[in-house]
Amino acid sequence: MKTFNYHSTKDVKEATKLASSSSAFLAGGMTTLPSMKLGLASYKDIIDIKRIKKLSGIKVSGKTVTIGATTKHAEVAHSKEVKKAIPSLAALAEGIGDPQVRNRGTIGGSIANNDPSADYPSACIALNATIHTNNRKVSAEKFFTGMFETSLKKGELIEAVEFQVPEKSCYKKYPNPASRYAIVGVYVAKHKSAVNVAVTGAKSCVYNDENISGALSKSFSSSALDNVKISSSGMNSDVHASADYRANMVKIFAKKAVEAC
Amino acid sequence: MASLVGSRVERKEDKKLLTGRGKYTADVTFAHQTYAYFVRSPHARAQLKNVDISKAQKASGVVAVLTGKDIANDKIGGLIAGWRIKSEDGSDMKVPAHPPLANESVNYVGDHVAVVIAESLDEARNAAELVKVDYKILKAVVKTDKAMDSESIYKDIPKNLCFDWLLGDRAKTQEAFDKADKIIKIDLINNRLIPNAMEPRAANADYNPSTEEITLYTTSQNPHLARIIISAFNGVAPENKLRVIAPDVGGGFGSKIYPYAEEVVCSWASKKIERPVKWVADRTESFLSDCHGRDHVTHAELAVKNDGTFLGFKNETIANLGAYASVFGTVTPTYLFGPCATGVYKMPAAYSNVKAVFTNTAPVDAYRGAGRPEATYTIETLVEKAARELGMDPAEIRMKNFPTEFPFQQTLVHSVDSGDYNAGLKKAMEVGDYKGFEARKKESESKGKLRGVGFCSYFEACGIAPSAVVMSLGCGIGLWESAEVRFNPTGNVTVFTGSHSHGQGHDTTFAQIAADRLGVPLENIEISHGDTDKGPFGYGTYGSRSLTVGGTAIVKACDKIVAKGKKVAAKMLEVNESDVEFKDGEFIVAKSNQKKTIGEVAFACYLPGTYGEVKSPLPEGEEPGLKETSFFDPGNFSFPAGSHICEVEVDPDTGNTEVVKYTAVDDFGTIINPLIVEGQVHGGLAQGIGQALYENCHYDDTGQLVTASYMDYTMPRADNFPEFNLGFTCTPATSNPLGTKGCGEAGAIAAPPAVMNAVMNAVGTEVSMPATAEKVWKACQKMNKSNSKAA
Ligand SMILES: Cc1cc2nc3c(=O)[nH]c(=O)nc-3n(C[C@H](O)[C@H](O)[C@H](O)COP(=O)(O)OP(=O)(O)OC[C@H]3O[C@@H](n4cnc5c(N)ncnc54)[C@H](O)[C@@H]3O)c2cc1C
Repeated sequence: MKTFNYHSTKDVKEATKLASSSSAFLAGGMTTLPSMKLGLASYKDIIDIKRIKKLSGIKVSGKTVTIGATTKHAEVAHSKEVKKAIPSLAALAEGIGDPQVRNRGTIGGSIANNDPSADYPSACIALNATIHTNNRKVSAEKFFTGMFETSLKKGELIEAVEFQVPEKSCYKKYPNPASRYAIVGVYVAKHKSAVNVAVTGAKSCVYNDENISGALSKSFSSSALDNVKISSSGMNSDVHASADYRANMVKIFAKKAVEAC
Repeated sequence: MASLVGSRVERKEDKKLLTGRGKYTADVTFAHQTYAYFVRSPHARAQLKNVDISKAQKASGVVAVLTGKDIANDKIGGLIAGWRIKSEDGSDMKVPAHPPLANESVNYVGDHVAVVIAESLDEARNAAELVKVDYKILKAVVKTDKAMDSESIYKDIPKNLCFDWLLGDRAKTQEAFDKADKIIKIDLINNRLIPNAMEPRAANADYNPSTEEITLYTTSQNPHLARIIISAFNGVAPENKLRVIAPDVGGGFGSKIYPYAEEVVCSWASKKIERPVKWVADRTESFLSDCHGRDHVTHAELAVKNDGTFLGFKNETIANLGAYASVFGTVTPTYLFGPCATGVYKMPAAYSNVKAVFTNTAPVDAYRGAGRPEATYTIETLVEKAARELGMDPAEIRMKNFPTEFPFQQTLVHSVDSGDYNAGLKKAMEVGDYKGFEARKKESESKGKLRGVGFCSYFEACGIAPSAVVMSLGCGIGLWESAEVRFNPTGNVTVFTGSHSHGQGHDTTFAQIAADRLGVPLENIEISHGDTDKGPFGYGTYGSRSLTVGGTAIVKACDKIVAKGKKVAAKMLEVNESDVEFKDGEFIVAKSNQKKTIGEVAFACYLPGTYGEVKSPLPEGEEPGLKETSFFDPGNFSFPAGSHICEVEVDPDTGNTEVVKYTAVDDFGTIINPLIVEGQVHGGLAQGIGQALYENCHYDDTGQLVTASYMDYTMPRADNFPEFNLGFTCTPATSNPLGTKGCGEAGAIAAPPAVMNAVMNAVGTEVSMPATAEKVWKACQKMNKSNSKAA
């Protein structure tokens, strides 16, 4: 690991002021530290945001669940309020990686990183999330822009993620047996106005599958998907799963999710 | 005193290991320590045109940068293949030179190009980036089955063929095949595995210029072997000037039996710079440069009669050795594989032909089971297929071909001293409730799952012996084991063994044996191993040998202690030696209440004379002290055997496969400590199920290791396994006085075919290892077995 300056910050202002083109915010460090150790990334300044009180915590109102950026996966998984308002979101958090990862990794770090196989991005899309940063609010749809890419500007800090409480919802994933990231993850959420079907793991970036959500909007049942065709074009292919397999699993896991809603 | 043999004594070593008080090689840091970082080839195959170290030498903190030229100039010998195999035509195997630092070419990703030694690891690593290597990249040979048709990696090794070995009789086998009603054929790949010991390899060599002695701490299963190789073959230091210590070692599974380039380089470099040199592999280095396991491509055939009787067996295998012939790399796919390939059956005629090839991948060597898992997977897949094609029950066809009389002369090599294979299989069917399978299958079906059952009956040959025989087959070492039992003057005991514990629990099992034999309480016995300066030469731990071979040496040394003790006790008690009996730690005069404890006798041996209260004259001509050494070379291998039954549940929609029930009934002869043996079985099963369902080492076509981290290499985890149902049968071994048979590898040997046969049974068609979700899903699609409920 290359040497760097470590800054422990107390408020958002201090953190964002320190940010530059050669800095990184440090939340759980579950992605940042391994990539630094492997020599894949190096920074002049590491800005630790874990001590900024405002960034952590869970707030539930009637229609929304707002989770602070540095809230750990384990906290979301075990939160009684989240379990009551959006049980599928708590279940998603419980299914991330392993206990060590859940006890360090944060929701802000996860969505800022936007790993194509990460779980939270699908929740953001399915649950019409709004991402609160230090200077704006962005819809999830506009936030995730590509593989490991988001619309965050340099030095912009995520403060919280606000999820819309759906009528019903379920997230089902087929975990990569090695890393336990999603090979395919499908988050189905039925809102009053529409059905969202967010898919992660399958392509270079999370997306809303309009074929599936279209079919479910007409009839919210797994048999509604029987005749939906999922194309494998643009799907990931690696040692764990081919594009074909992923395409098939998108449908299978969408059905499983609908059945479990 | 109750015998400790057979009792579930908790592992003495665990307190230390579980509370972080173990001492591993990485924990050892000397004064004036330096740190080594290896520059490794990023290419699978390339010529080394130039290695420019000038910038690295000037970098901050750098003490030395050494290359293949330096090591050649110092005439340091290359790494060796320990077992010389001859081809069918009588010619010697062909092996390439394997310098510890590459001089002319690099031959796998991770091959050693140079070493940077610095005041800190960070400085060494940063300077390593400044070593400019000019590679001429060549086309890599990667695939096992394509190696013989590819360009030669080494110009004097045509077809990349190390040897073309035959065991058995082709003509006689063909005759048997000609008489067959049916010939069952299979093509199998035994997937390549990465050992993944919890503790990565490490070395710390400390040269003392005033004594010219090197002390090498290393992660070894076999420090004595490391010493003899590094001194006699690599020529780093004479044996008496090289002390090798393998302190606590966190697992090896075969990958730490022999020294690697890093130990040689650290020892040599320490001598050169006159400072200690420490290297600890990071996990990526472990993936790239630990020797891998398995990697066979096999075509096999079984000739059968319609009633299920086996007539003959053919085995044609290509074994991937990787880029170089490693120490046990050549014996693993030959003498450890070929003889066991006919399995646990009467097989009138058979042969095993193995072509071993070089490729531009990491060297392949022994990995838990070494050759026997490959053999067992082959025959047990064939047998299950035969049962299917003949419409027989898998248990029935096996029992029909089991030998019932022992010693059993197995077809290709072994004379199996003892066993009862029918009893084992019957017990497995009982413990695993085979009768209830159909009901469980229905229950799975009601949940939309496919359930399958698979059998594996195995025997294996471990505790390789005797030395004279294995040496005549090309082995470069003996395979006996040593023990020294040393009574301390105050009556407690230190036992030195030439074997080595890196998870097996020697400290407990060996103490149980000595405690029983000497009548000394367990807590008064310490087991010492892992230091070439303590205790006699030995051959380390691998091949399930430690208890049968090393444990017996302890028994023999204890018996010598008792023999001497009798003489001393007789003198002390002023009776004839023939009147003294030894029992439960006491020398007793028959039909009297006169006695001396073994502790009193030990004390007398160290204080031989009269001094106040102490009256302990030694018999005439007897030497003082109480310490005995024994070297045990068994007359035969030991032959554990057993039957395992696995049940899997498959989700036909996703292909996800779960082991839902696993029964293992093993015959390990006499069991000293059931707790430890069960642990060994559990560990072996985890690795065997891992091979069947999860683990796979994957190189791409250019020779890059794709599965070079835990994000891509699937290590099985606890939640991948059900509770294991274990059972035991016992036919004591006759080749050692304890009656024990090796237990360490059985799980890894038996599990892959048991699991794969179950998968096959569930989906109705063959799937290759590892049976990943996608492969199983495709098989289900082929067989049209999707779950109607969800589809
Ligand atoms: C073994 C392992 C298994 C895993 N399995 C899964 C899995 O199954 N599913 C899954 O979804 N994830 C998985 N992860 C990822 C993990 O869940 C973390 O969410 C992820 O590593 C990032 O979170 P972090 O808090 O650790 O972020 P860090 O590593 O601290 O940061 C990651 C990136 O985000 C930036 N960042 C962090 N916080 C903010 C913020 N508030 N505002 C702006 N930028 C920010 C950082 O600068 C950095 O660039 C796994 C990780 C590991 C190591």
